[in-house]
Amino acid sequence: MSAGQTETRTGAIKAVPVRHPGRWVAAVAVAVLAAMLVNNLVTNEAYNWAEQLKYLFAPAVLEATFNTIWLTVAAMVGGVILGILLALMRLSANPLLRGAAWLYIWVFRGTPLFTQLLIWGNIGALFPTLGLGIPFGPQFVTAQTNALYSAAAAAALGLVFNEAAYMAEIVRGGIQSVDAGQQEAASALGLTRVQTLRRIILPQAMRVIAPPTGNEAISMLKNTSLVVAVPFVELTFTVQNIYSHTYQIIPMLVMACIWYLFLSSLMMIGQHYLERHYGKGYAR
Amino acid sequence: MTGLTNMASGDVAAEGLMVKAEQVCKNFGHVQVLKGIDLEVQQGEVMCVVGPSGSGKSTFLRCINHLEKVDAGRLWVDGHLVGYRQRGDKLYELREKEVAAQRRDIGMVFQRFNLFPHMTALQNVMEAPMLVKGESKDAAKARAEQLMERVGLSDRMGNYPSQLSGGQQQRVAIARALAMQPKLMLFDEPTSALDPELVGEVLDVMRDLAREGMTMVVVTHEMGFAREVGDSLVFMDGGVVVEQGVPREVLANPQHARTQAFLSKVL
Repeated sequence: MSAGQTETRTGAIKAVPVRHPGRWVAAVAVAVLAAMLVNNLVTNEAYNWAEQLKYLFAPAVLEATFNTIWLTVAAMVGGVILGILLALMRLSANPLLRGAAWLYIWVFRGTPLFTQLLIWGNIGALFPTLGLGIPFGPQFVTAQTNALYSAAAAAALGLVFNEAAYMAEIVRGGIQSVDAGQQEAASALGLTRVQTLRRIILPQAMRVIAPPTGNEAISMLKNTSLVVAVPFVELTFTVQNIYSHTYQIIPMLVMACIWYLFLSSLMMIGQHYLERHYGKGYAR
Repeated sequence: MTGLTNMASGDVAAEGLMVKAEQVCKNFGHVQVLKGIDLEVQQGEVMCVVGPSGSGKSTFLRCINHLEKVDAGRLWVDGHLVGYRQRGDKLYELREKEVAAQRRDIGMVFQRFNLFPHMTALQNVMEAPMLVKGESKDAAKARAEQLMERVGLSDRMGNYPSQLSGGQQQRVAIARALAMQPKLMLFDEPTSALDPELVGEVLDVMRDLAREGMTMVVVTHEMGFAREVGDSLVFMDGGVVVEQGVPREVLANPQHARTQAFLSKVL
């Protein structure tokens, strides 16, 4: 063994890297496809970008977009609150509460949202009057359902009740992910159950709850397009109205997609900060 | 204990004692974990409880602050029946708030620390005084800072538990329990989850606490600590107290065959 060999053994390693020809082939294929897509977007006149620009900020489109936004927010806020309630019922020691929550989730998760929204739109046929009174007893006030009820309310309620079923399972998973020792430590310090839930369990559960809730919120943004079943005016419904007399079908649908993409991008930013907030104290 | 009155005649028997256990039994399903424990802990006493795993020593400790419900027998802390109210011959379960009030005066330190991971060390110590006692943030913070200094962690107050070593976490856990100004401290194998070189710093804090007159019940495998700091040593096996006495004597000259067998393995 020569002195030179010993020297190379103790020095920094300079080795020939492994070649990855497969990666190169895949990269070239993707680059070609991307070029075709860009070419299509620029040269295909069916997109009619000018037409899209004309309607992007049209009052009807802005109003519909606003409806889409508040429906998403309302459905998520309502869905999270009702979902927490259902999750706590699912975790209750009382079998009746557990059973009720299970039944709720079974019904609302097991039937299509579109069908549920159709029913909410026709709820007046199921319950012609709404009343306040004693169950199975006299009613103090009654009113016609259709007088109290608007398409907006039907749309929001339909989304909330459906979302709650999904959120309940997400929240339950989050609560159950918190180490049992946390409950014990809080109890040993003299915290009540409600204090423990609010200050110790839920903040930790949020770390697990936040990422799928972000997914749910982005799903919800797009699911608002289903409230056409009620029917209630939102973004997709509105662009359909527009192209029904301009016949510019693809431009209007692409324009709606641009709005949806813009809004879901904003939500992804929000989700990032939410996850960072609830990830405090956890080393990554 | 504030706001709680016990009118039972049995309480007289427990007067002057910090803990009194009378034939305490506990079952998990069909398994009887505690089979009639009789023990007394005086004010200011440091009692060390040793024994093989599964002997019921941790379960007994958890009964003292009602984390486990006693199935038979009676348990008093500072003269108050734990978890129940006795009127005549009848026992009434205490409501959740009353149980919480009893626990205020009993600090507990766990084997796995159980710090709140979403709060800094200082926030961990401040949380219970603010929530349970309604202390102002400033008052809670001032005492939490004092306690952090006392356990030797004044430079670690802003760290999250995940940024602390096991020994540091356990010292924060002790400070957190002390923040409620308890009359009694329970330690459930406080050094069993620690790397060997970190055991000493936790035992030092506990030794100081004992010196200041805190009443302590310590479930431990640290025979050296038991011998040096303990006023009494209890050996449990199979859900019963097999032997108890002055630590030095029990450790040097165990009377019971089961104690001899256990100590020959751990010493």
